[in-house]
Amino acid sequence: MAEAGFVREVAHRIFAAEFRESNLQAREGHDQYSPQYLLTPTGAKCNRVFVVGTLTEKEDVGTEAEFWRGRIVDPTGAFFVYAGQYQPEAAQILARITPPEFIAVIGKPSTYTTPEGNVITSIRPESLQVVDAETRDRWVVDTAMHTIKRLERLQGDEPDAVRAKEHYSTNVEQYRAMVAQALESLRAR
Amino acid sequence: MKETETQFDESSSKIEARFLELGVKVQASEIKTKLDQLINKYKVPPEEARRNVINYFLKKHNIPKAQFFTPRETQQVKVSDIKEDGKWVTLRCKVVKLWETNQESISQVGLLGDDSGVIKFTKWAKAALPPVEEGKSYILKNVITSEWQGQFSVKLNKTSEIVPIEEDIEVGSTPIEFSGAIVDVQSGSGLIKRCPECNRALVKGACGEHGKVDGIYDLRVKAVMDDGEKVQDILLNREITEGLTGITLDKAREMATEALDQTVVLDMIKSKIIGRYYIATGSRLDRFILVESIKQDTKPLEESISKLLATAKPAAQEA
Repeated sequence: MAEAGFVREVAHRIFAAEFRESNLQAREGHDQYSPQYLLTPTGAKCNRVFVVGTLTEKEDVGTEAEFWRGRIVDPTGAFFVYAGQYQPEAAQILARITPPEFIAVIGKPSTYTTPEGNVITSIRPESLQVVDAETRDRWVVDTAMHTIKRLERLQGDEPDAVRAKEHYSTNVEQYRAMVAQALESLRAR
Repeated sequence: MKETETQFDESSSKIEARFLELGVKVQASEIKTKLDQLINKYKVPPEEARRNVINYFLKKHNIPKAQFFTPRETQQVKVSDIKEDGKWVTLRCKVVKLWETNQESISQVGLLGDDSGVIKFTKWAKAALPPVEEGKSYILKNVITSEWQGQFSVKLNKTSEIVPIEEDIEVGSTPIEFSGAIVDVQSGSGLIKRCPECNRALVKGACGEHGKVDGIYDLRVKAVMDDGEKVQDILLNREITEGLTGITLDKAREMATEALDQTVVLDMIKSKIIGRYYIATGSRLDRFILVESIKQDTKPLEESISKLLATAKPAAQEA
């Protein structure tokens, strides 16, 4: 239900290497309808992410119903997407396409804590579509820009930046290097 | 939460000053005591307490309410500047459209416009104001803004004033541009049917106003763009949709007939535009941009790459 003052959540741009390191879940407000966020090491508070990369592997990991797992690679690492019966459109597309293929995913970040206590992040897609190489490169530049902006904000005292620093003791240089490496990969070709 | 002393002083001296303008001396200390009692002892919200105190003194001194609240010129603003609920403003605008009203409490309802955009207006029957005419321009003094679900409108009440003007105000809106990725295409997009009477989109073959009708086919897209910081809803009409997706209305009808399903068109549109970067320009309508032109973002990336690399890499390593 759309309620008064409902605002759609922005889709954050996160590189795989940063997404993989994210493990801080936060809920804004206290009731069961409050949105859930994943706070990343550079201080992106995401309830939705936008990712473009190369689908390199896909596998139906469902036992009874189809449940597709896709591995999407960007210049810094890999994302996992899971699409089952509640993401019928995305699942259908995953079932149909053959890797490798450039795909764009808009979805909700989701985390799973292993019995050993490790947090594994994945994306539950709302939309998943095949795109072209041009779009993928544009996404890398877009994501680099947003990551740099967040790294700059991390020096400040905004609540998300402060919490990210406290929780992750973020190594800014390491993330700068990640961004530089991602950008340079575009030049190499 | 307790109101602080200074806030009390401020609002009571404001009330005192306003009464003084009307030639009535009211003790600031008396106002303050009353405010304090209502707010801190009886837990009345500050705004309500202020109202109550003002009304008390108005009654005591026999001042008509209208005299206290009306005068004072409100600031003249552009339609596009209206971004806050409950503000008194003056508009210099043209009545673009009048809609039928079937509510007794509303005498007229429609759209007002100036060179910055359009906005809905409602004229209350109780306001007893003269009627406005479609296509004529006016200065509307002292109208109040209101917000509902993020959409703004203005209301004309009995303190408002309508002054007809000769000038024909040009209605338009400065085009706005948004660039970002399309992250969603909403239901109600693709091949739709519209009511032949009122042009509304039909839901399950029925019009909200006119019931079951033989709809007319149309093509449109309601999508969401996102630049990583903000989201923007966009609305594409048939012409723009055809240009963007390469699917014409005829083609869409053919596809739907062949598949016995209208959603094939929507799926096709989604596969063509979701996840890609676009630059859209158009005029603002509520939370939407009514798109006049949209094209894939093909700005060369090299320059941004160099700039970003310069910031990302430590200065020492730079070539």
